Amino acid sequence: MSEAATEQKQLLKRTSIGFWLYLMTDCLLFASLFATYVVMRDATAGGPSGIDIFEMPLVLAETIILLTSSLACGLALVALATKNMRQLLVTLSLTFMLGAAFLVIEISEFAKLIGEGYGPQASGFLSAFFTLVGTHGAHVFIGLLWLAILFATFIRRGITDKLTRQLTLFGLFWHFLDLIWIFVFTVVYLMEVVT
Amino acid sequence: MSPVRYIIGFCLSLALTIVAYVIAVYYPEHQWALALLGLLAVTQLAVQLTYFLHLGEEVGPRLKQLSFLFMAAILMIIIIGSVWIMSNLNERMMHFTPDEKTNYMLKEYDKGF
Repeated sequence: MSEAATEQKQLLKRTSIGFWLYLMTDCLLFASLFATYVVMRDATAGGPSGIDIFEMPLVLAETIILLTSSLACGLALVALATKNMRQLLVTLSLTFMLGAAFLVIEISEFAKLIGEGYGPQASGFLSAFFTLVGTHGAHVFIGLLWLAILFATFIRRGITDKLTRQLTLFGLFWHFLDLIWIFVFTVVYLMEVVT
Repeated sequence: MSPVRYIIGFCLSLALTIVAYVIAVYYPEHQWALALLGLLAVTQLAVQLTYFLHLGEEVGPRLKQLSFLFMAAILMIIIIGSVWIMSNLNERMMHFTPDEKTNYMLKEYDKGF
């Protein structure tokens, strides 16, 4: 391996460890929101509880869409490593579109709840619900913005060392968001139906 | 780097998601339902950490693994601690009516700290 390539590899390793540490602190942010949600879950203040307002098939669709988006992102990283431009273009667009579809479903779910008068001000349970799920949604939104910028750079300049680094970090971020969603799906939605 | 790992991870995650969904929606009364859902979520966490985030493949100092374990410890303290304290408080206070609760707290306040 040439000296420049070794140096690039070292740099990628260092930056990804730094980004990983950020992800760990983000996990702690979500941990406190999850703790709040679990404590507030029964504080419905005479309003609806989760089982009355959640639409389970829609939530399953969201979960599968986000998981597929995560797969597309992984395949994009493979295409990046093999310098397959066409595959990279397709997988990145797929990642973006699936992520956007997820966000559209989530926003329409929120809009419907607020329209029915079950906004975050209605009860402690709904405040905790909107904060937790909304924070995850905000992360997805920022991820989509980031992806759009990376996509534009890719179209203009092709695969550069810098783009490789940034896409690797984006990949970590996107997989991480899918991980958080598994717990939102389980703790907020599935466990609500069971208890 | 091969796409196979990502596809295996995806298929396993999809299967775990669907099993969890079926348990919650069709067998919500089952006594093990809650424990099973927790177990399935943790399994999927392990699957995605391995196949998507490649945790455990580091060479040299395992900074990612170490920071992950430290985060997991803090996370457990936050969540278990909050739930424990709040449910305990709930149990001790819930037999009061709101007025009794106010009087009790005023009385305790008068005692000073």
